[in-house]
Amino acid sequence: MSENTDQLDRAVMDAETRDSTASIGSNYAEKYGFYDEEAARNYFLKGAKGINHDVVENISRIKSEPKWMNEFRHKSLDIFLSKPMPTWGDTELMNTIDFQNIYYYIKPIEKSARDNWDDVPDYIKNTFDKLGIPEAEQKFLGGVSAQFESEVVYHSLKEDLVKRGIIFLDMDEGLKQYPELVREHFASLIPPADNKFAALNSAVWSGGSFIYIPKGVDVGASPLQAYFRINAENMGQFERTLIIADEGSRLHYIEGCTAPIWTSDSLHCAVVELIAMDNAYIRYTTIQNWANNIFNLVTKRAIAKKNATVEWVDGNLGSKLTMKFPCVYLSGEYAKAEILSIAFAGTGQHQDAGAKVIHIAPNTSSRITSKSISKDKGIASYRGMVKVYKGAKNSKVSVECDALLLGSEARSDTYPTMEIHEDDVKIEHEARVSKVSEEQLFYLTSRGITLDEARLLIVNGFIEPFTKELPMEYAVELNRLIELEMTGSVG
Amino acid sequence: MSNKSNKALLHLTDVSVTVENKQVVRGLSLTIKAGEIHALMGKNGSGKSSLSNALMGHPYYTISAGSAELMGQNVTELQADERSRAGLFLAFQYPQAIPGVTVANFMRSALIAHRGKEADMRGYRKELFAAMDELEIDRDFAGRYINDGFSGGEKKRLEILQLFLLQPTMAILDETDSGLDIDALKIVAAGINKFHTAKNGILLVTHYQRILDYVIPDYVHVMIDGNIVKTGGPEVALELEEGGYEVFQPAKTAVGA
Repeated sequence: MSENTDQLDRAVMDAETRDSTASIGSNYAEKYGFYDEEAARNYFLKGAKGINHDVVENISRIKSEPKWMNEFRHKSLDIFLSKPMPTWGDTELMNTIDFQNIYYYIKPIEKSARDNWDDVPDYIKNTFDKLGIPEAEQKFLGGVSAQFESEVVYHSLKEDLVKRGIIFLDMDEGLKQYPELVREHFASLIPPADNKFAALNSAVWSGGSFIYIPKGVDVGASPLQAYFRINAENMGQFERTLIIADEGSRLHYIEGCTAPIWTSDSLHCAVVELIAMDNAYIRYTTIQNWANNIFNLVTKRAIAKKNATVEWVDGNLGSKLTMKFPCVYLSGEYAKAEILSIAFAGTGQHQDAGAKVIHIAPNTSSRITSKSISKDKGIASYRGMVKVYKGAKNSKVSVECDALLLGSEARSDTYPTMEIHEDDVKIEHEARVSKVSEEQLFYLTSRGITLDEARLLIVNGFIEPFTKELPMEYAVELNRLIELEMTGSVG
Repeated sequence: MSNKSNKALLHLTDVSVTVENKQVVRGLSLTIKAGEIHALMGKNGSGKSSLSNALMGHPYYTISAGSAELMGQNVTELQADERSRAGLFLAFQYPQAIPGVTVANFMRSALIAHRGKEADMRGYRKELFAAMDELEIDRDFAGRYINDGFSGGEKKRLEILQLFLLQPTMAILDETDSGLDIDALKIVAAGINKFHTAKNGILLVTHYQRILDYVIPDYVHVMIDGNIVKTGGPEVALELEEGGYEVFQPAKTAVGA
């Protein structure tokens, strides 16, 4: 009942506060695609384009890293250089990436990760002001991290969360302050050899978040947020995030990403590892809204131990090519995985998204819900993998893929794979492809709503199962983003 | 009736409607003035829903001949949303479900469409809840998705809720009474009566006389095979109830003529 009331309040509040027509006619360029020229003029350090061992050595030296990390980077680079490009997925697009035409490390200001907003140079503050970050921090976030190019430039954590022993640092600082904890878990789920892009990240990683939630601590009500901003042309952003939720703790972490629009491509290649100890709960929410010249090739993986829950809530907007398949290893009994994703692909975009769940222990359960929208010549793919090991008895798997096509040239593909080695499991799988129905459009327009807005309402309704999982501020923002995409003025 | 205004809200002259090249309404004429309630009665397939949909601008139904004027304006020149904003409303026989779009959000969008983007919507919640209370619709419905999983009666009540909030000048209610039990029928009828003023007009499209016990029409039209064959007062509905549509069946013309 209280849940009903909450939903009602939210629906009415949402309807009262949102201005559904506010951003029609504005576009990505204006809202997110601006370029901070002053920041670029003031870069503290901008290396040369291209990738080799010198670049890696330089990054490691600037960061004064321990020897093991330095060796890890070089070894990873060797793996990257020797590994061929993937032979699956959108190889045509992928093979257009020119790895030698990318900046692998840009340090925007001398002293990174300032914890006082006033100490951040104005020209960088402007960017995050425009993106609404300080406002969100004041309103409801427990902590904020803001990364500009390769480094986190601002960082905060509310005092009560500090007192409760929560650690929220950028990854570089995490390595300095908690070397043992980092060494124990870093790359434990995603070794450099996992895939070519994970290898590249392992070689040149910079920034990202390091989080540790002590036993029994609940951060749930005030999420921690990281914001990733690419500013430069031909930039490569390689943040690395490691989150450890100790036994019985709870965390909601949110990340957002944007970039200016350039004519040539940039690369975002992150690695994210989540460790949920016994009875822990982690929700990791992503709203990425990249400009359409970004290759977004991200590896995300989590482990859920006994009775732990991991939820990936993943919103994919923008980018030229996104390849992202958040994964959960269900290694302890009664562990749960929930992977809820949406993807929006317009002309010139390929959203290759999905999920991966590995059931290792008995009584584990997973639910994958994937919603995609393809508009005009956009391509959305669902690529999913569910594996149940022998002995993972009484496990439950549910996969639901829902594709909405806007226009006769839009494309949606599904590549579901199931490898089930245990007989005592319950598996559900559903896939649907649909179009916006004429009858629904007529119903809405007969109430005075224009055809464009009616279409937008239906599309936002289609992704509502996703939107309703977001904090309200983000839900409203996501609806606006969809609106921008629908008006077709992006890029 | 004499004290009612003479302004024609809906003026149909020799209107024909086609669906997929099939003619379903044949040269129908009808005038509804402000303050009037007209009942349009007919069996399934008589063309009354086709007429309703065509007037609202459903893309599958074409007004192929004749003229249809809404407050002096030719409706065929307007899109469905423009017809709505011009003051026309259709309560659907089979309202569409739209998953993911809440009633609250939908009604807000519709009201802004009608009142303009600068409209002050601060009192919206109050307005919505007041209308819901009036129609005995649980407030929880504001947070539910449009017609998604609604019972037949709930759908019809939601249509009347929209009628209440949008306050059209000319309302067509297409079989709003069908599928309602007697209690729901009374609530819906009370809603229609409450909505009705000397300034608006109602075309009540129905199969049965039953609702006319609660919403008293000024005129009753009997529709058979795409045209009106008889027009009169409420007594016509009673005649129908007793003798059935056969009484009004025009003499059969030669087959194939």
